[in-house]
Amino acid sequence: MASPEDLSGQPAPLYEARKGVYPKAVNGPFRRFKWAIMAVTLAIYYGTPWIRWDRGPYAPDQAVLVDLANRRFYMFQIEIWPHEFYYVAGLLIMAGVGLFLVTSAVGRAWCGYACPQTVWTDLFQHVDRLVDGDRNAQVRLAKGPWTFEKVAKRGLKYLIYLAIAFWTGGAWIMYFADAPTLTADFWTGQAAPVAYGTVALLTATTFILGGFLREQVCVYMCPWPRIQTAMMDEKSLLVTYKDWRGEPRGSVKKAMAHPGAFGDCIDCNQCVAVCPTGIDIREGPQIGCITCALCIDACDGVMAQVGRPRGLIDYCTLDDAATEKAGGTGQPIRKTLTRPRTLIYFGVWTAIGTAMLFSLGQRTRLDLAVQHERSPLYVQLSDGHVRNNYTLKLRNMETRPRRVAVTVSGLPGAAVWTEDGAREGAGQAVTLTLSPDSVTRLKLFIAAPGAGPARQDFTISTRGLDGDPRGDSDIIQFDRPEAGQ
Amino acid sequence: MAEQKRIDEATGTSTVGHEWDGIEELDTPMPRWWLWTFYATIVWGLAYAVLYPAWPLVNSATEGVLGWSSRGDLYKEMRADALRRAPTVGAIAATAITDLPAKPELMQAAVQGGAAAFRVHCVQCHGAGGAGVKKLYPSLTDDDWLWGGDLASIQYTVTHGIRNPDHKDTRTSLMPAFGRDGILDAAQIGDVVSFVRAISRQERASASSARGAALFEANCAVCHGAGGEGGRQFGAPKLTDAIWLYGGDRDSLTATITQPRNGVMPRWNNRLDPVTIKMLSAYVYSLGGGEKGLAPVAKEQGVDGQP
Repeated sequence: MASPEDLSGQPAPLYEARKGVYPKAVNGPFRRFKWAIMAVTLAIYYGTPWIRWDRGPYAPDQAVLVDLANRRFYMFQIEIWPHEFYYVAGLLIMAGVGLFLVTSAVGRAWCGYACPQTVWTDLFQHVDRLVDGDRNAQVRLAKGPWTFEKVAKRGLKYLIYLAIAFWTGGAWIMYFADAPTLTADFWTGQAAPVAYGTVALLTATTFILGGFLREQVCVYMCPWPRIQTAMMDEKSLLVTYKDWRGEPRGSVKKAMAHPGAFGDCIDCNQCVAVCPTGIDIREGPQIGCITCALCIDACDGVMAQVGRPRGLIDYCTLDDAATEKAGGTGQPIRKTLTRPRTLIYFGVWTAIGTAMLFSLGQRTRLDLAVQHERSPLYVQLSDGHVRNNYTLKLRNMETRPRRVAVTVSGLPGAAVWTEDGAREGAGQAVTLTLSPDSVTRLKLFIAAPGAGPARQDFTISTRGLDGDPRGDSDIIQFDRPEAGQ
Repeated sequence: MAEQKRIDEATGTSTVGHEWDGIEELDTPMPRWWLWTFYATIVWGLAYAVLYPAWPLVNSATEGVLGWSSRGDLYKEMRADALRRAPTVGAIAATAITDLPAKPELMQAAVQGGAAAFRVHCVQCHGAGGAGVKKLYPSLTDDDWLWGGDLASIQYTVTHGIRNPDHKDTRTSLMPAFGRDGILDAAQIGDVVSFVRAISRQERASASSARGAALFEANCAVCHGAGGEGGRQFGAPKLTDAIWLYGGDRDSLTATITQPRNGVMPRWNNRLDPVTIKMLSAYVYSLGGGEKGLAPVAKEQGVDGQP
């Protein structure tokens, strides 16, 4: 291939250096909304592992705990076992459909407000303003020489970055073990190596992604902006510069000199100055726009100062943009939010949620799985009876010990016993004690008269003997020698 | 496809010069951090090739400065596991086999260890689940035992084997070849077969079985018992039950009396250590036919002090 050259004959650059983004502080309703979301999401992230939840003596008292070692997932009063992982899958599907719903209704609201990359970038940009000052001071410092002041400020800033990053990494591991114990272990060097590794990794990624890569993650790395274009339609809300109202741009002075010749945009560049991804919204919808709406706040502020109506930059659908351009008025927000597409997404979302809640309420906490031993399928006993062996897996998913009966039905003349028991005196049921929150595996011997079909289905069932009789049952096969064997 | 690079108006970026039905591709420069990441992977690759086994040679490969190998990892894991198991194995070694059932955790460990050993040494004859092979090797899962099914008896059988000519303590007995050696004639063997099938309730009593009863009394009862209840000190099977190692039909019984098999099992005390034998015995005991209680050794002691 020929070397990449443009028409000017200059070799195209091998790479593009990141253009610095120094967003200016802004105030307004969307900024206050963003503060609120940041406070709530960060509080949830850092705080959740410290909520206590009493589950009795046989289970941990942490409200949200992913106990990988014991393969349990606790979330308040819900306890998920590995075989119930479909609930987690269901939650993930709900999260996916939820993203579709949010995107089709209000565009990239996830990107603009709730995405961790956005929240942490916002936090780090606030640190920038705290240490270096607002936009202009930041630009001056970045372009200036490495004076003592710059070194000191950079050092302080990176130190704060690192502290936030470390706190973020540290909070993550608290979800996987008892938080107070792990904190003590962590600082005394007793925690597992994987804990230190995870904290180091997440500290590094938070430091790099939040401190330095920022909008580059959204523009170059994240697949979601690409997928979103398929989720949106002409009725999705976008942050829109209303060019039909703003153009041609001109300063207030020019507009006073030539009334009617200029639009509302006074070309003050405040929308560009406040943008956390460094784009110019007046160029139209683009992949760099995460629809955080800070430019709306900035523009509304300027419009108020110059005495023009707000909303030169505003949330607007493509349909409404066309209508307004033609001189009409857009549809009320209620109407754009409730249309078939969003209602279908919402219906799917609620259906999955309701189905999961329903099945959570219905699930038994005493589960039985039976396996017929195949080697040998049957054993000829000396008195003419035939014995089959079964492996039972009994899950006691409650955090208390249980007494249960395992009963055989549909197999005339059967006798059931376990390894601890004996055939003498065996009946059609055995009684077992199950440890709390555990799986009990045991071998079950079942003998039945030798006369009968070569293959016979029967039922093994469990039932609680301590108040809650709900249990589980399995239909399984009993084998006898074929005639002539 | 002509190379026609130009600057795209909307983006100000050069195109790569290819055009397919009006569709062109922008030659957007990569971000700088991407390039750094790319260089970092090259450095990583070089470091890896030096530190770890990487380049194939004719008969081997470069070993790497760290000297790591997956075989070494396996060796370490095996050694660590042996260390982990050591206390359990020691405890099993220190416990008499008859005391194992009283210690459920130890018994469970022994059964698991025995299952592993069984898969290596025993399945060739006794089958994967210990079901045996019809007319060749006995089932270890049923409730009928030639030489005894309590823990101590099983352990003795596994340790010393059955009919090992080179071993003094081996379990041994010899059923005479009544037909081949002319001790009984064909008609007499037929009568004995009738009697055996009558006491195992496969045939009704007849004149033939009545004649057979007398022959049985004279020739068989010394080992198999007066009523055919079997004799474990000789490994003489019970003849009144539904379990027949070599078949319970007329032809099979005739063949057995004419020329018995006198089956052989190798002893394992010269191949396996005592702990493995103990664990194997616990596993066989757990297969479903294990006989509870201690064998009353003094009372049923055989001629060689066998339990």
